[in-house]
Amino acid sequence: MTKSKKTGRIPKSKLLSYAVNAGLLLVFYFLFFALIANGTINRYSSGIMTTMFINIILTVSLNLVSGFLGQLVLGHAGFMSVGAYTAALFTLYSGLPITIAFPISIVLAGVMAAVFGVIIGVPALRLRGDYLAIITLGFGEIIRVIILACDFTGGAKGLRGIPTILPKGSDATSLALAKYSYVFWLAVITVVVIWAFVRSRHGRAVIAIREDEIAAEASGIHTTYYKLFAFVMAAFFAGVAGSVYAHHIGVLDPGKFNFDYSVEILLMAVLGGLGSITGSIIAAVALTILPEFLRGFEDYRMLIYAVILIIVMLFKPSGLMGQREFSLSGLAARLTAKKRKGE
Amino acid sequence: MDFLTQIINGLGQGSIYALVALGYSMVYGITQLINFAHGDIIMVGAYTTYVMLIMAGTPLWAAILAAVLFCAVVGVIIEQVAYQRLLNKNAPRISLLITAIGVSMLLQNLYQLIFKSDAKSVSNVLPSFPIPVGPLEISSVTLITIVTSVLVMLLLQILVKKTRIGKAMRATSEDAGAAKLMGISSRNTIAFTFAIGSGLAAIGAVLYCGAYPQITPYMGSMLGLKAFVAAVLGGIGSIPGAMIGGILIGVAESLTKALGWSQITDAVVFGILILVLLVKPAGLLGRNIKEKV
Amino acid sequence: MAVLEAENLSIVFGGLHAVDDVHFSLEKEQIMGLIGPNGAGKTTVFNLLTGVYTPTTGQIKLEGQSILGKKTHQITRMGIARTFQNIRLFKDMTVLDNVRVAMNQKMKYSAAAGIFSLPSYWREEAEVEEKALELLSVFHLEDHASDRAKNLPYGQQRKLEIARALAAEPKVLLLDEPAAGMNPTETAELMETIELIRSRFHISILLIEHDMSFVMEICEHLVVLDYGRIIASGSPEEIRSNPKVIAAYLGGE
Repeated sequence: MTKSKKTGRIPKSKLLSYAVNAGLLLVFYFLFFALIANGTINRYSSGIMTTMFINIILTVSLNLVSGFLGQLVLGHAGFMSVGAYTAALFTLYSGLPITIAFPISIVLAGVMAAVFGVIIGVPALRLRGDYLAIITLGFGEIIRVIILACDFTGGAKGLRGIPTILPKGSDATSLALAKYSYVFWLAVITVVVIWAFVRSRHGRAVIAIREDEIAAEASGIHTTYYKLFAFVMAAFFAGVAGSVYAHHIGVLDPGKFNFDYSVEILLMAVLGGLGSITGSIIAAVALTILPEFLRGFEDYRMLIYAVILIIVMLFKPSGLMGQREFSLSGLAARLTAKKRKGE
Repeated sequence: MDFLTQIINGLGQGSIYALVALGYSMVYGITQLINFAHGDIIMVGAYTTYVMLIMAGTPLWAAILAAVLFCAVVGVIIEQVAYQRLLNKNAPRISLLITAIGVSMLLQNLYQLIFKSDAKSVSNVLPSFPIPVGPLEISSVTLITIVTSVLVMLLLQILVKKTRIGKAMRATSEDAGAAKLMGISSRNTIAFTFAIGSGLAAIGAVLYCGAYPQITPYMGSMLGLKAFVAAVLGGIGSIPGAMIGGILIGVAESLTKALGWSQITDAVVFGILILVLLVKPAGLLGRNIKEKV
Repeated sequence: MAVLEAENLSIVFGGLHAVDDVHFSLEKEQIMGLIGPNGAGKTTVFNLLTGVYTPTTGQIKLEGQSILGKKTHQITRMGIARTFQNIRLFKDMTVLDNVRVAMNQKMKYSAAAGIFSLPSYWREEAEVEEKALELLSVFHLEDHASDRAKNLPYGQQRKLEIARALAAEPKVLLLDEPAAGMNPTETAELMETIELIRSRFHISILLIEHDMSFVMEICEHLVVLDYGRIIASGSPEEIRSNPKVIAAYLGGE
């Protein structure tokens, strides 16, 4: 500690765990890359994987506002739709080759969603917490209505013919691999950025606001600024997810980004544990894959989600992970502690 | 003249919003909970009307009675099963809100399973004929809607101001702790408030069916949201506020439609909400309460 | 020169003068007590001093500079920190983090530096951790640094709240009923702590307290409020024998 104080270098203990995590990520990435490349994971399954990573981006970013900041947002799908349409319109009309246009569209989508975040957040965050839920819900609806009413968004027919992320004529496997690589690393970036933010002084300020806004303000925290910051950051990543979604599916239907979808993301965040990033990841993975096994119960899906939501809130409001995080070093510490006890 | 007709239509629509807004407002006044499921109670009321009138063929009064009673019971069950536990242990508000959303989704999907998602037609709930008023023609349905709503709200005012339970409601919303010390059971008061609010939503549902004879399991969410906007606009927690808010929203809506912008009506309503919260966060008649330090 | 000055401070809530023409000046390294019966407007004065409420009339100056119209967090940064009557800790955060939150304002690294874990992040975080632990050790809380705040016993929660206020490096510390709910031993210990804070951090302290023996012993100057007005001010000896004060406390007029 004393050394890092002078140099600002990463402490050795952290460095090791970072290296282990980075290594595991690479192993995971190449493992699934190989499985997709040799066809073990078919096109259908790799499509679900893409959805899964999109859901991770959405859930982790929503958790920043609803879990760490403690403000309920019911329009996350609305921010996603802003990103999706921005990105799709850009790749459709920019005239740039898709391999260049797509990465730019990701950033544009995030920025545009963030701009909307500022527009919504500035008035809404001045008010008591419950109103933010309603205003974001209202925002989601307004966006949908506007998309339906406009010509350039394709209106109710939806926006069609969005290019896939590789030039025309690329084979299906390369496309699946390209999608997988993009969405995998985007999810990693989202998780790492939000995780690093949360443990920084800025993240502490955000958590303090959740704990007690009055005390946070009295401790010198500019609460309005930090609330807006977290809110806009979450909107940004929802926009990023929207861009990937648009180019993954190829068609945008305004009906997709409705209240139900926002609630589905919220359910993932709640189940995983508001305030736990790893919890969000686990829940997003589980709730994307599970319905695939319950195909016959499609009609009951939202009903079951509703019941789960109520039961979790009543009996285990902290969700799967509470505010804890799963970490390898934590696991290792626990295992060795048990061993020592055993001896 | 067209303008006047639209205003009157708006009054009709607005008084339905007002009835529903009252439920939001009263429940919020006592529990500080935005009961998201309240809008879906309208849907429950509408389907009860449908079952009684169309499927069972009962007379109108029986359908209304059934809708009011059934909704009141559903309202109380929701409060007892979903909210009471959280209210008792003073859970964070975000937990309450999420539970309320869960209840709302549950009702919608349950009704979709039972009645399927296609729209059901509930025509001729209320007698419909044009009434000439000067140069204008007003639909009897609109007139009945307005008159009924006004009567119901007057009754409610009497209930809240004069009766014992009404006083208990006001006392609990003023200071739940003190009310408890005075021997007022906050549990019963809260349950009663849910019952009244849901009953009012049922009356709103019947009137709604009179004006718009198409019902779906999802009809409640937008209707409920607009009623909520009305409650906030008027000042949440205030009964006259809910009435004024409801009517303003109704009129704003029908004027938007009259201007040929019917596609963006919902956007206009939410625009009004955002504007109100910016300029006067406590609403027109609400009190601005700052959290005690 | 006085560190904190209040002049003709008044606030009206719906026709009621909650605080009426209150004035005092707090000297450097002085411990001043604000006393009075329940509902006399003591906490309201704190809320005025910290920008929670804006006074209807009057002026508040910190080291000669007006703080009127400033937001609470700005006032904290300028140098007035407080504790609350009902302890308000960040319950689910660790003891260490409670203190670190209040040190946020003195830290400089940007959000980007935090996200990318630049050297400034590691350097400042290490410095702040050391400073925070040092501060906690003043209150004998360093062994609990990684406990959640809500798991501390009551007396230590009070101490942590004071530590958090001090972490903001204030010039003036406002304590709202610091001895509430404490037993005589704890109260005695608290008195020592307050003395220690003054001598160690060289700050002025304004406190609200109901425990008369506590106030009489620790404060150099007392201001007595009743119905929002100052009915007496002076040294503990003067206040003790003031007939107006005795009347106010006995409920007479």
